Amino acid sequence: MEISPELYQDMQDAAAPKSRSYVNIPMAFLAGGLICVLGECILNLLTYWGVEQEAAGSWTSVILVFLSALLTGLGWYERIAKHAGAGTLVPITGFANGVTSSAIEARTEGWILGVGSKIFTIAGPVILYGTAASVVYGIMLMLFGMFL
Amino acid sequence: MAQALARGVLRLTQPVYAAAFAAVAGKKEGEGPMGQCFDRVEPDSHFGQESWEQAESRMQQETIYRAMEKAGAQPEQIDLILAGDLINQCTSSTYSLRPFAIPFLGLFGACSTMAEGIVTGSLLLEAGAGNRAVAATSSHFSTAERQFRYPLSYGGQRPPTAQWTCTASGAVVLDKETTDAPRIQGVCIGKITDLGVCDANNMGAAMAPAAADTLTRWFRGTGTPPEAYDAIVTGDLGEIGGKLLLDLMMKQGYEIHSRYHDCGVLMFDGDRQDTHAGGSGCGCGGSLLCGHFLPKMQSGGIRRMLFLATGALMSPMLVQQGESIPGIAHLVEFVCGEE
Repeated sequence: MEISPELYQDMQDAAAPKSRSYVNIPMAFLAGGLICVLGECILNLLTYWGVEQEAAGSWTSVILVFLSALLTGLGWYERIAKHAGAGTLVPITGFANGVTSSAIEARTEGWILGVGSKIFTIAGPVILYGTAASVVYGIMLMLFGMFL
Repeated sequence: MAQALARGVLRLTQPVYAAAFAAVAGKKEGEGPMGQCFDRVEPDSHFGQESWEQAESRMQQETIYRAMEKAGAQPEQIDLILAGDLINQCTSSTYSLRPFAIPFLGLFGACSTMAEGIVTGSLLLEAGAGNRAVAATSSHFSTAERQFRYPLSYGGQRPPTAQWTCTASGAVVLDKETTDAPRIQGVCIGKITDLGVCDANNMGAAMAPAAADTLTRWFRGTGTPPEAYDAIVTGDLGEIGGKLLLDLMMKQGYEIHSRYHDCGVLMFDGDRQDTHAGGSGCGCGGSLLCGHFLPKMQSGGIRRMLFLATGALMSPMLVQQGESIPGIAHLVEFVCGEE
């Protein structure tokens, strides 16, 4: 009997277990939320210590990025991310993990052609399209400013 | 010369034996249900080397040494070596074999390499290319992750269909003269089969149609029914691919369920070791063939066996271009004792 790709797709759908969204989605919500709570705590603490609001915001990002890089280096981030999923991927910590893990991985190929050229393989798209989106946003802001 | 019973279905007319075999595996594999069967389990996943690629070469080299040692052969007494792995340019094999100075043919068949090596090696020996050959393969979790997926410390979630690349290696010494070892009686060369699976996280499903095609061609070509075998073993279809193979074979009118084993399913305890759909990689089927199944044949536990190593011929670049993943499966028929 000839098996068509369509029939095989149905067979696969029946054989493959589905991702457990009822666990993954709440976990992502919880973990992502906790990272944001942590960010808020750092922000409040910094302003409480007299750091200016805007500077405190930048410092919060720096601290979160540092913590994520540290946990990545210690091999803990991947263990948390395994359960947290998008919760650890979406915040700035996920970006830091993408950069750090690429850098660690490439160190056997040296500082220039290894770490230097491969550090942004995962984060590259975020940087490119993040920059491009901010340009579009800036133009829109400018146009609105002209007419309003 | 081998006799062609059908296209790609060959029966050896002169015996070639799997005279000696060895398997080396990593820590996680050693902690799995099959942990006891390996010749050595190395707790250091770097195998004392600087990089993951060097680690894999080292592991493969040690496996080949051990297999040759068991066969009582020096490298000079090996006429030919056939080896391959998953890493670009088959580097794990070339660097592993660099010190040996044995005539070498590099193979790429993704995870089907163990069977591809035995198929090619036994046909060459039978055709008079020499008396002794080695077929070897390896895979390493970290080299495969690096090349095909993400950096090791990248925080991602694996879907339930994903498989875990085994850090393991297997090597077989093929010999025309040993008499009490498992004998290679026939082989079936796989065809590239593609039923349109595009998901690189579901390799079992991509490979199952190739395994079904090879197995069906073998049964039809030789006229042997599945009941003639004590064991039908696949390399790394995993839970999902295995299920699909049984289903596909059923549709062709063959029931193989009661004698079917998959090395990917056997290698790990999925719940305890968190390996999702099971083990994969050249070393998965290679190490369990050499560490578990061939020794079991030698001790009389299995008399006739079909070993199919299945390979997903996956290129990350072509998958990004929207292409599907072609699969392949080569088959070796092992027989122990008199017919």
